[in-house]
Amino acid sequence: MVEAATSRVAGQEPDVEILPATGSGPISASPARTNALGQYADSEAYVGSLDRRSLHKTPGLYTRAWRRFRKNGVAMTALCVLALIVIFVASAGLISTYVTGFTPFENHLADKLKPVMTDGYFLGSDGNGRDILTRLAYGGRVSIMIAILSGLATFFIGGAFGLLAGYAGGPIDAVLMRLVDVLLSIPGLPLLILIASLYSPGPLGLAFVLAAVSWPGIARIIRGQVLELRNREFVDAARSLGASPVRVVLRHVLPNILPLMIVYISLTIPGLILAEAGLSFLGIGVQVPTPSWGNMLGDAQQFFRTNIAGVLIPGLMIYITSLSMNLVGNGLRDALDPKLTD
Amino acid sequence: MIAYIARRLLQMIPLVLGVTFLSFAIINLMPGSPVMRLRDNPKIRPEAALMLEKQLGLDQPWPVRYVQWLGDLAHGNLGVSLYNQLPVADRIWAAIPNTLLLAVTSLVIALAIAVPLGIYSAVKHGSAFDRTSSVASVGLYSMPDFWLALLLVILFALKFKEWGLPSLPVGGMTDARGGGDLADRVRHLILPVAALSLVQVGSWSVFFRSSMLETLSQEYIRTARSKGLMERSILYLHAFKNAFLPLITIVGLALPGLLGGALFIETIFAWPGMGRLTYEAVGRRDYTMIMATTLMFSVLTMLSNLIADVLYATLDPRIRLA
Repeated sequence: MVEAATSRVAGQEPDVEILPATGSGPISASPARTNALGQYADSEAYVGSLDRRSLHKTPGLYTRAWRRFRKNGVAMTALCVLALIVIFVASAGLISTYVTGFTPFENHLADKLKPVMTDGYFLGSDGNGRDILTRLAYGGRVSIMIAILSGLATFFIGGAFGLLAGYAGGPIDAVLMRLVDVLLSIPGLPLLILIASLYSPGPLGLAFVLAAVSWPGIARIIRGQVLELRNREFVDAARSLGASPVRVVLRHVLPNILPLMIVYISLTIPGLILAEAGLSFLGIGVQVPTPSWGNMLGDAQQFFRTNIAGVLIPGLMIYITSLSMNLVGNGLRDALDPKLTD
Repeated sequence: MIAYIARRLLQMIPLVLGVTFLSFAIINLMPGSPVMRLRDNPKIRPEAALMLEKQLGLDQPWPVRYVQWLGDLAHGNLGVSLYNQLPVADRIWAAIPNTLLLAVTSLVIALAIAVPLGIYSAVKHGSAFDRTSSVASVGLYSMPDFWLALLLVILFALKFKEWGLPSLPVGGMTDARGGGDLADRVRHLILPVAALSLVQVGSWSVFFRSSMLETLSQEYIRTARSKGLMERSILYLHAFKNAFLPLITIVGLALPGLLGGALFIETIFAWPGMGRLTYEAVGRRDYTMIMATTLMFSVLTMLSNLIADVLYATLDPRIRLA
């Protein structure tokens, strides 16, 4: 009796389609649990005395997604490139001590704008006579930290507000969505420039400013997904069994939109990287002397006639990072897309 | 349709109120005011700074000033610049056409490249061309446009000049001396438009490819094939129209990004548009100018969304605007 009921629910797993903001075709979010008990796998009462291990023979969504991801040559290469970049910026201290012998802040005014590979400056020096390779490593640390932090903050703020608005409905939904409408009516970049310039936040603050501007997009998408899910039978079932709203949202709704959120965030991060770089490039993001790839590019801009390497190198780092992140995001989307399910 | 447009325009009013209230709050909750900066200046007597503050109305609490600002707006008055006491509206009206010229030209050129690229990739999907163009597309839309702009400047302005090739200008909309004719204007447009549109080509061609692929897998395409229609008419008469529809929404959503994103390009190329005006105003703490540009950016965003919706409904008779 119980088995029949649950397998019927499992057979009607939600399969929702949305268009990602980056615009590369419809993707689908499939349920997080695809074993025989469907949404009830977490509930001891329904598993009863059955041997739980036998129910988990089919690997979960994420295991299968990872298997698919591993077969994707382009995405794996991009992931390796990202790993290399992280290793490079994480070893900024080592590079400074053992490779270049410069700190990121020491300036040798006699050695301004040295070309690549001269006088111990492996990637040349900038307009203040600072070593570019050292600053590239330290600057990358700042840029990547901001990207990760703002990505996470967008994920949690957008996710929380999306879930809240979608599931609570009524006045809470109305108020939150009007706020989202207002925020989405101001083009992101001018708004960012306004906030960043007036409040001149530090790197940490900048991450939250970026998140403050980027959460409405994901909140709206998640709300749409929740609206579609909240009237599904498995949610009704959970509710009628007396599950609290928090439990319904966290255990039954969230797992179904998590793959979508992961894909969406991984495709938002490149935009955040570019936004931070752009603000710092204009001189209103990360403030000098703290290096970031963006402000290194901004500093080098005025010397572009004589020192092309100074423009090329930090820009290339920004580009490679954003490109790899986009390729990883595309790989994740393909891996989590149930249309390709084997 | 007219009723629909009228209702959408009415719905814009609360949005505009929300946007302006929010930006007014953001600007004025910041500690300090433009006049406070003057007080730090030893050459200006504190009494003079206070008087100026009163003159500009900055001694009032900001909610009061917001209501005053709204009242002025209702009379079509955007206020005077705190920087040079000239009417803000003059500069805004001069800047909007320049930004639109840049953004709309880029949009048209990006579409003109992205759509054929997307169709060809979809028709030949899985081929070497398709795989190459997919990778190239990601390569384009991951590109920071300000860096792309600098690279274009280095190549086409600096290096071409060094190599004795015809180089392109990199600053302003016309040459200061003897410029201003059409050819000169076009020459000044090339690099900024290239930087703005190439990035869009990437994302739009990916989108159009997948939209076209999905359309081509529909039943009515199979029907058309089995009727023995020419492949060309299947592609252009049956598939293209339907695949193009979703692109309208995407382009409508991207237009604000293009307008705002033009900010980097405008600063790099000294293009006298809205983006550069905003950047300049923010640097000068010119609150009235910041409010005016934010308002204009938001109105342009809402209008472009409206145009996209109306266009969609006009082209697709299945959609009823309600």
